[in-house]
Amino acid sequence: MPCINLRQMKENQSGTISRIKANGQLGRRIRDMGLVPGTKIKVHGRAPLYDPVALRLMGFTLTLRNNEADYIEVEVDE
Amino acid sequence: MNKLQATIALAGNPNCGKTTLFNALTGARQHVGNYPGVTVEKKQGVYARNSYRFNLVDLPGTYSLTAYSLEEVVARDFLVNEKPELVINIVDASSLERNLYLAVQFMEMGIPICIALNMIDVAEKRGMRIDAEKLSTLLGVPVVPTIARNGKGKEELMESSANLIRAGVRNNPLLITYGNDVDQALAQMTAKIEAHHFLTDVYPARWVALKYLENDEQIQEIGRKADPALAAEFQAIVEQLTDHLQDTLESYPEALIADHRYGYIKSVLKQGVVSFEKDMSRLFVSDKIDKVVTQRFIGPLIMGAVIWGLYHFTFTYSELPVQWLEGLFGWLGGQAEAHLADGLIKSLIISGIIDGVGGVMGFAPLIMFMFFGIAILEDSGYLARMAYMLDRIFRFFGLHGSSVMAFIISGGIAGGCAVPGVMATRTLKSRRERLATLLTVPFMNCGAKLPVFALLVAAFFARRQALMMVMITAIAWLGALLVAKLLRITVIKGASTPFVMELPPYRMPTFKGLLIHTWERTWQYIKKAGTIILAISVLLWAMMTFPQLPESTVKKFEQQRAAVQSAAPTGILHEIERIDRKDELSAEAQALRARLLTIDAKEAESALRHSAAGRLGSALEIVSRLAGFDWRTNIALIGGFAAKEVVVSTLGTAYSLGEVDPEQSLPLSQKLATTAGWSPLVALSLIIFTIFYAPCFVSVVCISKEAGSWKWGGFSILFNTILAFSLAVSVYQIGSAFGF
Repeated sequence: MPCINLRQMKENQSGTISRIKANGQLGRRIRDMGLVPGTKIKVHGRAPLYDPVALRLMGFTLTLRNNEADYIEVEVDE
Repeated sequence: MNKLQATIALAGNPNCGKTTLFNALTGARQHVGNYPGVTVEKKQGVYARNSYRFNLVDLPGTYSLTAYSLEEVVARDFLVNEKPELVINIVDASSLERNLYLAVQFMEMGIPICIALNMIDVAEKRGMRIDAEKLSTLLGVPVVPTIARNGKGKEELMESSANLIRAGVRNNPLLITYGNDVDQALAQMTAKIEAHHFLTDVYPARWVALKYLENDEQIQEIGRKADPALAAEFQAIVEQLTDHLQDTLESYPEALIADHRYGYIKSVLKQGVVSFEKDMSRLFVSDKIDKVVTQRFIGPLIMGAVIWGLYHFTFTYSELPVQWLEGLFGWLGGQAEAHLADGLIKSLIISGIIDGVGGVMGFAPLIMFMFFGIAILEDSGYLARMAYMLDRIFRFFGLHGSSVMAFIISGGIAGGCAVPGVMATRTLKSRRERLATLLTVPFMNCGAKLPVFALLVAAFFARRQALMMVMITAIAWLGALLVAKLLRITVIKGASTPFVMELPPYRMPTFKGLLIHTWERTWQYIKKAGTIILAISVLLWAMMTFPQLPESTVKKFEQQRAAVQSAAPTGILHEIERIDRKDELSAEAQALRARLLTIDAKEAESALRHSAAGRLGSALEIVSRLAGFDWRTNIALIGGFAAKEVVVSTLGTAYSLGEVDPEQSLPLSQKLATTAGWSPLVALSLIIFTIFYAPCFVSVVCISKEAGSWKWGGFSILFNTILAFSLAVSVYQIGSAFGF
């Protein structure tokens, strides 16, 4: 299964987080919200200006900016 | 039998139903304050039943217990310093996994907790079956299913809590393994901490070590103060581990710790705690709504309609209570006018106190309606969607998607008010973005600036009224956004706060919650702002009253009046005294009255010029000439600090027209159009100045309160005035150079 950047995922595409590259405040925030390796996510949609992106994970919806999504690598489902 | 008394803290993620549960438990018996030194709200209430009486404290909603956000630091400090007997951790059953992340951190701290498995009905509707007993056994803490909206389970929850407190057991800190490397470092540090009794009077030893590995700034700083040598040693251990992890796993200690916490939660939930009866990947009602509401084309349209609706709701429906209050204070003023002897006391009571208190109370209905509207948007979950849709635009200017609400309410659609606008920034959670929003919303064209614009546009741009008003709105928006950008790269610089935000499921707000929310905030405004505003109002009154005209001058005006009166036939004098209404007077009497009023107006003009404000205005003329303003405009602008519409009435006094009603300024408009020294260019310069200069003092007080420091209030007075003046001078000088 290919590993891609969260920013490159398409709407309704799903996958499993493989790596989080962020550190510091952003890294902390991302992890606090459950974005850790092994978590299954699905791209739920994008805002009218294509940024931020909305994700579905663990039964709730999370949104983050594209430049924050850059730090997240996902193993996408086929 | 003695009642069981204890302090219980309510903690949980944002949107987990914590406030609803708090309201259900305490009813109206609650009060709101602030945590010492910060602007985070602290709600307290009492739950008394059977044989116990609990003091409940609603901690700010947090996802974690790190020290990054203000809310988290506040929550943690409260737990450490106040040592509540118990924490009730409210978790949203439908996203149990993420919600337990906070619970695990309480347990690591060794704080006794009781879990309220909230919104269990929503989870069940989604097809989730949660075995509360099993969860309780595995975690070793009581777990009570609740539905905060209808209060279901709250008695059982309090009963379990009471039992736990009665039993009096302090939980041992939860020990999770965080992987070999981290565990080794932890063990090494914990041994040292215990040997040296490093911070152990306040925190558990292993927890301190954990926080060191998580790079927790607050603990590191406390550590440095307590024992610099040991702190340095720990710092070295952390660095060594970080380097090692970077080399081997390309990871950080804090990342591994978080991963293992989630790993622990997953392992607990996998042991038959949660089972799914339906396919969890299907769309829930909330998702279906989102498909429409945040859709690329329909979404912004709906948002526009919602914004317009909120605006309409706030400013239209509050009109009636505002009128009642105006009527009440008008009546009070009238009573004072009729029953008090002429003189300073009367003037102080009417112009200083009644107008001042009236000014504060006049905003109260606006604030009430605004908070009610925002509470609906916030509690329903729509506000988060607005931030989501608009973030891209606002981020460009160093702001946040949630800033839009404050701008709109302050007058982004002309006619708002900066006072509720400033208070609306409370929905913003990121500090720098919030401060930048706070400082720029007063540039919007509030309802009080409109009469000033109307006056000047009618006098000098009569043929292009609509176009001018649109341009004024556009200038305000552009100015506010650019200044926000400027502030974010200078005084409030720093990377943007991570946006990472939950889009909570849409929920029907509870009416009780809305009312409590609205009332609390309105009352806070009245209580806090009221006293200060009254004081400033009296101060401004004094500035425009003292020093008074010398007696010789007052006598001169009296002689003039006496001369006019003695020249008139006695019949007419009696007629004026007898009849109040102008249109019932005979032509001769009207003429006499007009002559007398002219003398009064001339006296008011002299008195104003003689007062401290007048002298200040005259002294400033040397500078203000650069922007085309004479001393009259200067005084009017000083008066505008009380409330922007005062600019109009003060200009009236300064031009000897007596008091001018801001709503009916036509005579003043004509006077300005024909007075030497005024031109369309001066008017434009004044319009620009009015948009940008110091916010009215009610706004300044609110800015200071919301920003948590008078420094920012002072900053907004100085910075805005300097900015406004520079812009006005540029307009006037460039315009003059081109011969306008």
